[in-house]
Amino acid sequence: MHLTDSEKEFLDGRRGKAQQKAMELLVRYAEALGADRFVDTKNVCGVPGSANPFLQNYYKDKGTSEYDAIFSFFDLDSDELIEAPQALVSTCCLQGGADPDNWETLGTTPQVFDIYKDREQFAADRGVKILKTCTPYIVGNTPAMGEHCAWMESSAVVYCNSVLGARTNTEGRESTSAAMLTGKIPDWGFHRTEFRYGSHRLDVEIPVESVMDWGLLGYFVGDVVQERIPVLTGRYGQPDLVRHKHFGAAAASSGGVELYHIVGVTPEAPTVEAAFGSNRAVETFKYGAAERTRTYEAINSSASDPHVDYVMLGCPHAALEQIEEAGRLLDGRRISANTALWIFTSRAVKEQAAARGLIDVIARAGGIVMTDTCSAFAQAIPPGTKVAALDSAKQAHYLPAIMNIQTWFGSTRDCINAAMTGKWNPEPL
Amino acid sequence: MESGTAVKIVLRGRNVVGGRAEGEALVTRDTIPGWGGVNPVQGVITEVRHELCGVSFKGKILVCRGAKGSSGWSAMFHTARLAGTAPKALVFNEMTTKIALGAVVMRVPSVTDLDRDPLDIIETGDWVVVDGDAGTVEITKQQRPATVRHNF
Repeated sequence: MHLTDSEKEFLDGRRGKAQQKAMELLVRYAEALGADRFVDTKNVCGVPGSANPFLQNYYKDKGTSEYDAIFSFFDLDSDELIEAPQALVSTCCLQGGADPDNWETLGTTPQVFDIYKDREQFAADRGVKILKTCTPYIVGNTPAMGEHCAWMESSAVVYCNSVLGARTNTEGRESTSAAMLTGKIPDWGFHRTEFRYGSHRLDVEIPVESVMDWGLLGYFVGDVVQERIPVLTGRYGQPDLVRHKHFGAAAASSGGVELYHIVGVTPEAPTVEAAFGSNRAVETFKYGAAERTRTYEAINSSASDPHVDYVMLGCPHAALEQIEEAGRLLDGRRISANTALWIFTSRAVKEQAAARGLIDVIARAGGIVMTDTCSAFAQAIPPGTKVAALDSAKQAHYLPAIMNIQTWFGSTRDCINAAMTGKWNPEPL
Repeated sequence: MESGTAVKIVLRGRNVVGGRAEGEALVTRDTIPGWGGVNPVQGVITEVRHELCGVSFKGKILVCRGAKGSSGWSAMFHTARLAGTAPKALVFNEMTTKIALGAVVMRVPSVTDLDRDPLDIIETGDWVVVDGDAGTVEITKQQRPATVRHNF
């Protein structure tokens, strides 16, 4: 592959030992992809230096600091122990494993919570922005159109590409940590214009309005196109940030959608022709009432018991508007004694919600607003939970496999009603 | 391996990660999930709707369409390497950043872009040699007992 002088400096070790190891990994990765060059990036979202108990234990006696050991041997896949240096380019830390205030509620042990605190400090000491969310685009990291990024988190990647028109592949733990030290990422896939044109056409034949509607449509789209690029045309309203968030997260879960085009809505799809570019649709799907019903039934296929033990909102992390909605529905009321309500968001949004008194409104109703994590990521649900209700198709996709429980999917209102009555009794579809 | 007649087939493609490994094939037309769909410490696929749900990939030559799901794919299979549960080699059709980075950090011989679809040729249980430097996959087909009887 072609390396520039600055890339050769990294590879020669002239920019530092850790940077050399990072570049070696990036070259192995680029060659595996078949990329012939790198692009520069100044926008990385990853989880540098993070550790779960398995990694912490595995690397315990392999270095002076297990964090340097984890960063060397795991993040950079290096055979040599190096000291983890400062980030070279702007790097954000995505979600973590525990809430800083309610970790005991999540069932986190003090020992494991200490690991999470230490690893956060490790990242902060290296200049990493501690966003602690799967929604960096809500809390200040909104890359510009065409900007090359190196992001992890499938729901953030699809938002970055589709809604913002910035350019990132779905990067991993190791490639983001290497990009953080070098500002380089393989020029492959979504960094290249010719790769970003649509492959499949989706004719939306029914109105799509609510957040739940957009989640259903996303789940359908991911299921039919898998990891290809859908171009949507038809009868949808103008989706806002929350609707894009739920649509993209669902499509990235039922399939592997990393970029979608909605004609007349997303920036690379002013027209059908622009969205497809030099491609022609390899297949056309329609989304009508029957497809909507089928998708709703598929997402709900894990559930049969109407007694709901747990309601979880905030996947991907709730925007302030979603906490406002929960607050409106809960104000002056009280959830069932048999049901827990946990709402997950970012630290920045929680602070805004607190300033409005919404955290207290939800707490008075019996709910808890938490940050940093979610039930799937932390693998944490209230003790004894057998049945959960969710307003996220993504969480409903993952939670049955991860926690071995039944999950109902519906609107935020359906979920809040379930929290108050302890019963799943959704509004008719 | 004793019974039946061995038939050798060689597929040629592009090297992804170098090295040579041989072993028994585990074949799936489903894409392989990462975070939330595998247990890397046990080396099994856990995604409920996956055709290999509950099946171990440890020490197998994993033959698949590609990778899917979350950005945690590479970290899951990297963890599998540490836990000693990783597959011995990868043979796949669809290149993505997930499977490329996963193959690199698993450090297993990996090949893609083969001249014939490996999913049509390789069956679970076949003996497969993957040469990640040459970009070749050599398959030794074991004639199934039913086929052997048919030959008589």
